[in-house]
Amino acid sequence: MSTSAALHHEDLHSAHDAHHEHHHHETFISKYVFSQDHKMISKQFLITGIIWAIIGGLFSVLFRLQLGYPEATFPWLEDLLGHWAKGGKLNPEFYYALVTMHGTILVFFVLTAGLSGTFANFLIPLQIGARDMASPMLNMLSYWFFFLASIIMFSSLFVQTGPASGGWTIYPPLSALGDASSGSKIGMDLWLVSMAMFIVSSLLGGLNYISTILNLRTKGMSMTRMPLTVWALFFTAILGVLSFPVLLSGAILLLFDRNLGTSFFLSDIVIGGKILPNEGGSAILFQHLFWFLGHPEVYIILLPAMGMSSEILSVNSRKPIFGYMAMVGSMFAIAILAFLVWAHHMFVTGLNPFLGAFFVLLTLLIAVPSAIKVFNWLTTLWRGNIRFTPAMLFAIGFVSMFISGGLTGIFLGNSALDIHLHDTYFVIAHFHIVMGVASFFGMFAGVYHWFPKMYGRFLNNTMAYIHFWISIVGAYLIFWPMHYEGLAGMPRRYYDFSMWESFKQFGGLNEFISFVSMIVFAAQLLFVFNFFYSIFKGRKVTSTNPWGANTLEWTTPIRPGHGNWPGEIPEVHRGAYDYGKDGREFISQIEPVGENESHH
Amino acid sequence: MRTVAMEQRKKIHPHKFTLWVAIASILMMFAGLTSAYIVKRNQANWLSFELPIAFWYSTAAMIASSITMWQAQRKFKNREIPAYRSLITVTFILGLLFVALQVVGFTILAKNGLPMNKNVAVSFLYVIVGLHGAHVVGGIVALMVTFAKAFSKSVRNYNSVPVDVMATYWHFVDFLWIYLLIFLLAIR
Ligand code: HEM
Ligand SMILES: [Cu+2]
Repeated sequence: MSTSAALHHEDLHSAHDAHHEHHHHETFISKYVFSQDHKMISKQFLITGIIWAIIGGLFSVLFRLQLGYPEATFPWLEDLLGHWAKGGKLNPEFYYALVTMHGTILVFFVLTAGLSGTFANFLIPLQIGARDMASPMLNMLSYWFFFLASIIMFSSLFVQTGPASGGWTIYPPLSALGDASSGSKIGMDLWLVSMAMFIVSSLLGGLNYISTILNLRTKGMSMTRMPLTVWALFFTAILGVLSFPVLLSGAILLLFDRNLGTSFFLSDIVIGGKILPNEGGSAILFQHLFWFLGHPEVYIILLPAMGMSSEILSVNSRKPIFGYMAMVGSMFAIAILAFLVWAHHMFVTGLNPFLGAFFVLLTLLIAVPSAIKVFNWLTTLWRGNIRFTPAMLFAIGFVSMFISGGLTGIFLGNSALDIHLHDTYFVIAHFHIVMGVASFFGMFAGVYHWFPKMYGRFLNNTMAYIHFWISIVGAYLIFWPMHYEGLAGMPRRYYDFSMWESFKQFGGLNEFISFVSMIVFAAQLLFVFNFFYSIFKGRKVTSTNPWGANTLEWTTPIRPGHGNWPGEIPEVHRGAYDYGKDGREFISQIEPVGENESHH
Repeated sequence: MRTVAMEQRKKIHPHKFTLWVAIASILMMFAGLTSAYIVKRNQANWLSFELPIAFWYSTAAMIASSITMWQAQRKFKNREIPAYRSLITVTFILGLLFVALQVVGFTILAKNGLPMNKNVAVSFLYVIVGLHGAHVVGGIVALMVTFAKAFSKSVRNYNSVPVDVMATYWHFVDFLWIYLLIFLLAIR
């Protein structure tokens, strides 16, 4: 069987030889639109992700406006949103729609598709020494399913009754009954259909990433010589491939409940004085299905950022990553544990406290591999020859955010504390810091670091430094105070806190947070400007290896064509982290091991 | 034209490997559904009922189609193209028969007073069996492509990878059905 496979390569679309490159008829459509080149697909994911990030970020500015200035009216809001902001004040229904869309867009469209889609596509073939993905065709489909999902989600913003508004976790019965709220109508159906497309997209992507990593590594690239980025993307893909189908099954059951009269999640409901016929369903069942994906999902978002930060910290400290195998092992442990802790999101659902105790234990166990990683990042930095490039700053920022947000996870992981903290701003602070901001920082680090490889130009450094400092200071100013609000019991997903005597004291703080969030949003626009400006006008890259890095992507031409290496794919002779060895600043993975070379 | 530049040194062809990962992923979806089924069954309001007889006939069709698929794959390897073509055709017809019998099964259920929204237990049956059926339909579509290829002139190219991938997927939906049937019989 393997011989017949080896004899017939017609189906390996990625099998390109440099000599045949010119014979391809590359039209505009096949090069930029329906491209099968992993590097172009990566850019498609990145740019779509950036557009979504602007939309999702803008939504948060809009609802922060409501939280920060609950009494004020903004006439321009009515111009922008029409009947959703009558008299210049956000309509409460639409407030929920904005919150829901913000969460959905940023969690799934930006930090899952935008992050994995971009960097798994870009880095996996380049860093393992492959000409393309195992199946470039599936890879292209993966992007176009994401595109379709994007179009559907975007169009849901314009339907009469508004987009989904039951929270990014779409709990029934709110999400199951069209009469429950205006966002539960067609907006919710569009959400579900869009997410089904999205899941197909991530599955097609994930399948490809896994088989590419396992099957297409170049000669000498054993698993233990792979850069940590590739390991991280590998675990990410495994998590996705095994957990997204479970969300899909939940979404399908929900679609049945909504449209075909079944009662998977519905029972004994009175709505608008009318008794519904549904009997025997359980809303909690949905939460189990959701969080079985939901918790792995947070690591799907985080692991790529961890991998890229590890790589960038090592390159710019000019030191080997500390504890390579421990880094791989701890990612493995995190990936396993990610499947065993979902019920920590459900401590207050009436979960059997005995069962809860197991979930507390397993949840707190995550602190162990997390701490190992933090220790290794810090020891990598320790006495390093640090170059504070923008990518490096964001990677350090990532570590900082991961520490701050991971610590509050330990509070929440204790069910006794969580009963008080659940659904308060403490949770908002926790997950924005550890997941939202940390992963964004990892993504920015990745963009600043690999932009020269993507576009053959550098991003502007001055703008990058401004972007970094405003973002890190701003992120802490926004999210740190939320811990105090949450400890005081301030609940999440409320439209107006000025109505409560006990939360009035936070009026000033909320205004401050909203104000800072606008500044931080503006800083992100600066990044977007820098990004598009530099694609065309950035300083040109003049050497193949501008950062002095060891990994294979820097052995390709400055602007690699389809197929990545013009000649043979280089053979690999060592791991990715020989920095500062035997007095040499860096030693590329393709350099054979010298006779007198030291072992460390 | 394309020449080989991608070194393929691993034992298993990447497309076959991709299929195995996809199978793991599909299994997770059914694991999600069947565990939800078990959880619900242990709660109030669960209705126990007999599976329609049509499901037994469909099972026979499914097993038969797996056998013909297996034979088709062998004939292909031995370059017995006419035999391969007729076996692929039979497999295709058996696949359609399977789907038709599943639909008949649901019609019988509904006639016997068990429509989809009668009870959660019935709803689950519809969703689980229906989703499995959707995967068979996907296989039938893929078979149609294989079928078209088998009858086109260019069948001179004896690349067995697509046939192997097709066969593996087909056996998978067969096993999945048998597993689901046993599950639905044992846990009611
Ligand atoms: C030591 C590590 C961690 C522990 C012990 C932990 C624990 C928890 C717990 C118990 C909750 C539920 C709180 C509640 O709803 O009452 C929670 C929420 C959350 N955590 Fe973590 N966490 C940890 C790390 C992380 C990481 C690394 C991420 C993401 C990369 C993350 C993302 C989230 C998200 C998104 C939510 C809230 C989801 C929602 O309700 O909308 N956590 N965490
Ligand atoms: Cu969690």
